[in-house]
Amino acid sequence: MLPVLRVSGLNKSFVMHAQGGLALRVLEDVALSVAPGECVALVGPSGAGKSTLLRSLYGNYRPQSGSIRIRHRDAWVELANAEPRTTLDVRRHTLGFVSQFLRVIPRVATVDVVAEPMLRLGATPEEARHRAEFLLGLLGIPARLWQLPPATFSGGEQQRVNIARSLIADYPVLLLDEPTASLDVANRDGVIDLIRQRRDAGAAIVGIFHDVAVRDALATRLHNVALPGAQT
Amino acid sequence: MSDAPLLSARSVTKRFGGRTACRDVSFDLWPGEVLGIVGESGSGKTTLLNCLAGRLEPDGGSVAYETASMGTVDVHGLSEARRRLLARTEWGFVNQDARDGLRMGVSAGANIGERLMAIGARHYGEIRGTASDWLTRVEIDLDRLDDRPTTFSGGMCQRLQIARNLVSSPRLVFMDEPTGGLDVSVQARILDLLRGLVERFHLSAVLVTHDLGVARLLTHRLMVMQGGAVIEQGLTDQVLDDPQHAYTQMLVASILPV
Repeated sequence: MLPVLRVSGLNKSFVMHAQGGLALRVLEDVALSVAPGECVALVGPSGAGKSTLLRSLYGNYRPQSGSIRIRHRDAWVELANAEPRTTLDVRRHTLGFVSQFLRVIPRVATVDVVAEPMLRLGATPEEARHRAEFLLGLLGIPARLWQLPPATFSGGEQQRVNIARSLIADYPVLLLDEPTASLDVANRDGVIDLIRQRRDAGAAIVGIFHDVAVRDALATRLHNVALPGAQT
Repeated sequence: MSDAPLLSARSVTKRFGGRTACRDVSFDLWPGEVLGIVGESGSGKTTLLNCLAGRLEPDGGSVAYETASMGTVDVHGLSEARRRLLARTEWGFVNQDARDGLRMGVSAGANIGERLMAIGARHYGEIRGTASDWLTRVEIDLDRLDDRPTTFSGGMCQRLQIARNLVSSPRLVFMDEPTGGLDVSVQARILDLLRGLVERFHLSAVLVTHDLGVARLLTHRLMVMQGGAVIEQGLTDQVLDDPQHAYTQMLVASILPV
């Protein structure tokens, strides 16, 4: 399979102006290609730059130089320093991100939080709601909570709501940042099944999996991440 | 993706006496985008907004707007009458102080109905029906339809002003600190309302705020202003999560965690 995500020569530093312009080099000349059906696990010690790489791939962090190309609407699109509307269009249709934390929207019901990305893609409210309820059920969120805003839910429940929201739209490329971090074993296995289905259906996945059992269950390949100059 | 910007600012500059309130600002706003302008008090946000909306004449630069039916117009080259027509039919403007955007001497229903009549609605029953729908949509009890906004709370007035602006289905809405000066709980309700309406009606908007939380919730893109100039811009999450400029880093670092 040909790759759908190609990263080359990626450099990312953080310049902290409050610390007298201290520059922290995190990514140096990073290269990575991911094909449909692959799940690449980023591995390396804490602080090595795994999250920085993942966030750069999503267009959340802005690299100084290098290329992040993604197949989007049957063409290659450059994401590194792209126009905002290009990045937004790629995120809406092609690229999903599952983070550990749900950014809660005040007063919006859980089922609507989950359904939103599908609505934006033009699904009918009934379709989107139906799919949202299906995913919430699969992830073990009790039906009595679906109409409540997730603000008061437990950390694990919020995380599962976030996973449902991030997976509702069938993105061809998925980025996962510790998707099972605060889940118990039963819920963790549910999430693993869901992500494995996506992978086997042809999604290209890049993820950070702290939990070795989760990594073993999902990863088809490992990619080492180390700070520039560090021993690997 | 649409291939023509809705609003294009080029080198917009505005001086007050010897002071430059807004310097050389250029950007394109695309259909369906919500652009946030953030920065501290006095950074030039509101001056820029007023220049964009044709309420202030810039000393330099231009603002082009892609109309629904008349092609692209130079906002500041239009006659006053044409610009007012545009503001009534295709734009909305939500003021920080709702009293500046409402007619305080007439009923809530009339405040909404007036906008409809301005775009040609004449059937009294239909106007009243639409006004009632919008009152419900902004969560004001229908039995307040005939009350004047002088009897409303600050949050209700703001919701009424939003209804008055959105009832005519504008293509572009300018908002100046729409939740400034309101209690936090009232603010959350208005943010939720605005967010839903923007999504539902595919609105394009330019929103001025000094509250980065409001910007995070409502905007796609941000421009950060300091001393009248745009010092940083990008996707909202990029600017807030990976701020580049010293001033933006300071702003983001100053958010109080709860």
